[in-house]
Amino acid sequence: MSLTLEQVQRIAHLARIEVSESEARTTQGQLNNIFQLIEEMQAVDTKGVEPMAHAQDVSQRLREDKATEPNRREAYQAVSPEVEAGLFLVPKVIE
Amino acid sequence: MIEKSLKELSQALAAKKISSVELTQLYLDRITRFNPQLNAFVTVNADKSLAAARAADQRIAQGNAGPLTGIPVAQKDIFCAEGWLTTCGSKMLSNFVSPYDATVIERMERGAGLVSLGKTNMDEFAMGSSNETSFFGPVKNPWDQERVPGGSSGGSAAAVAARLAPVATGTDTGGSIRQPAALCNLTGLKPTYGVVSRYGMIAFASSLDQAGPMGRSAEDCALLLNTMAGFDERDSTSLERPAEDYARDLDKPLDGLKIGLPKEFFGDGCDPEVMAAVRAAIAEYEKLGAKVVEVSLPNSHLAVAAYYVIAPAEASSNLSRFDGVRYGYRAPEYGDLNDMYCKTRAQGFGAEVKRRILIGTYVLSHGYYDAYYLQAQRIRRLIADDFAAAFKECDVILGPTSPGTAFKLGEKASDPVQMYLSDIYTIAVNLAGLPGMSVPCGFAKGLPVGLQLIGSYFSEARLLNVAHRYQQATDWHRRAPAGLE
Repeated sequence: MSLTLEQVQRIAHLARIEVSESEARTTQGQLNNIFQLIEEMQAVDTKGVEPMAHAQDVSQRLREDKATEPNRREAYQAVSPEVEAGLFLVPKVIE
Repeated sequence: MIEKSLKELSQALAAKKISSVELTQLYLDRITRFNPQLNAFVTVNADKSLAAARAADQRIAQGNAGPLTGIPVAQKDIFCAEGWLTTCGSKMLSNFVSPYDATVIERMERGAGLVSLGKTNMDEFAMGSSNETSFFGPVKNPWDQERVPGGSSGGSAAAVAARLAPVATGTDTGGSIRQPAALCNLTGLKPTYGVVSRYGMIAFASSLDQAGPMGRSAEDCALLLNTMAGFDERDSTSLERPAEDYARDLDKPLDGLKIGLPKEFFGDGCDPEVMAAVRAAIAEYEKLGAKVVEVSLPNSHLAVAAYYVIAPAEASSNLSRFDGVRYGYRAPEYGDLNDMYCKTRAQGFGAEVKRRILIGTYVLSHGYYDAYYLQAQRIRRLIADDFAAAFKECDVILGPTSPGTAFKLGEKASDPVQMYLSDIYTIAVNLAGLPGMSVPCGFAKGLPVGLQLIGSYFSEARLLNVAHRYQQATDWHRRAPAGLE
């Protein structure tokens, strides 16, 4: 398997990372080397093997549906690049 | 003072031979002297550290101190600590002063009364094996300052090796505690996945990330782990288990211990001098009463491939939160919202982090998920099953931690695949979720060599015992780098 330049640009778009054409070219080579390493996995027959997400067979803990954390909005918004009146500011989304 | 164990420091504090303020100041002075050349710490805040030391001294005076109250510790900059700059080695978080504490910080500092000396340098978002991907520049290995300390917990490793801190925290996703411990002559432990809370520990690959202690001895690591571990309802993967004293079995004799040597870890691909040091350690264990058996981990050669699917996949999801809206860096100039995201992420992330996000995005994208992510998770099961079979034949598994000693700065930086292969012996342990340690076992051309010990689930106390008995019989772990007196 080998990624084309267009595929690299498409992935970068999906990941919301701006790449110039020359960056995309360098990245293409590096990613293809890494995928060569990963390809080793493809030849292995894993039919019937259950995928493993967690080492212990545990299930997600549930808790009561009630608020447990104090409201610390000011502290959390103090580290934001731009806030106004308790709202996070971003460029206009809908005209 | 700087060569004393945590136990000895604790006794000195209890006997009022030294105060926590004096001890903290001693380390802060060493940081001032040696950090400019080593770059082990990215943030030091003497006022905050000394305030914590004063509070610890008060606790000691009032008689309500714990075993490690007043002991200074270096914290990897991946742990959110309230009021501390918490960067994770990235430009993306270079302005982030955390508004809250990670559970590990809360337990160690607010609970046990340890004193933070500062935040240590690391590979950006813990992605790296040399500490060269940090936005704050590489860390130098105290044993040879032209060489890397390993990574990603390279700052923590260099800090303890250079005696800028008695002990430190690290995190290990594919070897990030064990490999730098090996390269800097330290003892480091990655616990069973789920033993230490991940709450407030900036996420890289959530199903693999695990925090643990880094120190000069197994005994120090056991005592530090006692303050870090335990169930936390704020981490949904934290395991509900009764509290343990990880130091309880340190002195148990090793008679009859069965050590498994996986033949896959003793083949080609390892530096012969590293292998010689590991073989000498095996002979030492036999003298201590252990028996050696050969075991096999037939799928271990697939670990690196599976890891470089699973870890980037999880990272691409975790790192999507860095969008320039709620915290961290935002690009100074941009057009619409999408452009703001794309520019912020292009400027805020370094090259290795971007590569891994791109790999992860690809393997999770439509049409590729089954072939990559699910296949990797199936291989993960095969690897875990290999370990389970091996542990029917032995109590602990032993081998090298890293295939080589510390490499030169820049030597592998331009070749990601070469860098990834420096973790060939450690990655399988994370995939299986097992506990693993690195223990100093000698030198090759003047550079430290690490011995890896792997145990079955929840066998931390046993591993620490196996390491401690070896350290009672050898003095490799006591050796310190020259030129930093």
